[in-house]
Amino acid sequence: MERDDIIEYSVGAQHSEEEGVKIRKKIWKVTALLSAITLLEVAVGIWFSKSNPNVTAGVWETIKYCYIILTLVKAGYIVLEFMHLGHERKSMKLTVLVPYIVFLIYLIFISLNEATAVSDSNFPLNSNI
Amino acid sequence: MSGEVNKAIPLKDLWEGGRSPFSMSYGKMMMWFFLISDALTFGAFIVSLGWFRYTYPTWPVSDEVFFHIPFVHGNFPLVYVAFMTFVLIISSVTMVLAVESGHRNDKNGVIKWMIATIIGGFVFLGSQVWEWSTFIAGTDGLFETWFDNATITQNPYGPPQYAQFFFCVTGFHGFHVFSGVIINIVILINVLKGTYERRGHYEMVEKGGLYWHFVDLVWVFVFTFYYLL
Repeated sequence: MERDDIIEYSVGAQHSEEEGVKIRKKIWKVTALLSAITLLEVAVGIWFSKSNPNVTAGVWETIKYCYIILTLVKAGYIVLEFMHLGHERKSMKLTVLVPYIVFLIYLIFISLNEATAVSDSNFPLNSNI
Repeated sequence: MSGEVNKAIPLKDLWEGGRSPFSMSYGKMMMWFFLISDALTFGAFIVSLGWFRYTYPTWPVSDEVFFHIPFVHGNFPLVYVAFMTFVLIISSVTMVLAVESGHRNDKNGVIKWMIATIIGGFVFLGSQVWEWSTFIAGTDGLFETWFDNATITQNPYGPPQYAQFFFCVTGFHGFHVFSGVIINIVILINVLKGTYERRGHYEMVEKGGLYWHFVDLVWVFVFTFYYLL
């Protein structure tokens, strides 16, 4: 029996030689960017380490948030370009990203909030209260 | 690279059955859904790492734990971990190039870039083994002296959770890399046998690629939240 429930979309995803040249150029651009960010992160990690006496708590706080932002930039390029999600239909993008991000933001908020309370009761001398 | 996805389709045809509203094949969509569930597991790992860090007043600085590189003595903070990150990013790039070759039905291109990806995976796994043995051996670099070895219950660097999360997070990720390498080898064998050439498209390379990029994506977060912060 011939199956009519298999819909093949991949053939439509094929492209010509000329388009390939453009796509490869984009791939190498993203590669250069990802490598540059990684090198920057490691350089900061070596010269502005948390254990470095010149790095005060305030400076470290700034570095920490910069690290997180750079990581999210890297993750965005990997998901949207390498995993090709940026070029899928909008319904697919939202289905993948929105539930995950909403859940994770909640999880991060509740864990760090609770952990701070646990820390304050376990080590009251370090607490600010 | 987009093709079908960018075609204008009337909304009625799109959502009333007979075709995928995502303009995506079943296999690729299910790979995405699997990756979401896997991402939740890793998200839980990394958030719980954050939880334990917040419950301790001090936490080891990874620059002072991971400063070894193979064959050379000295202080090279995070250099080897950065090398591993770099290997994984480059193998992700070669995978994307394999997918791109597949879209042009270029069999030799797919073979070339798939082999490069598999080599990258093996280099990463070997590095992981070395990293684990260095971490377990502890500050004196000897396995025989148990008092300063890192185990599940104790380690010379800081709270026991520091080693527990090293073993669990990098172990779980390393196992994903291992299974990714196996998947890539299976796909490479099929490419060599001409299975996808007969089928007319290389979508399986794309699905394997999604998994491989996910592994790279997880490592980007592990690198930041375990090693850098």
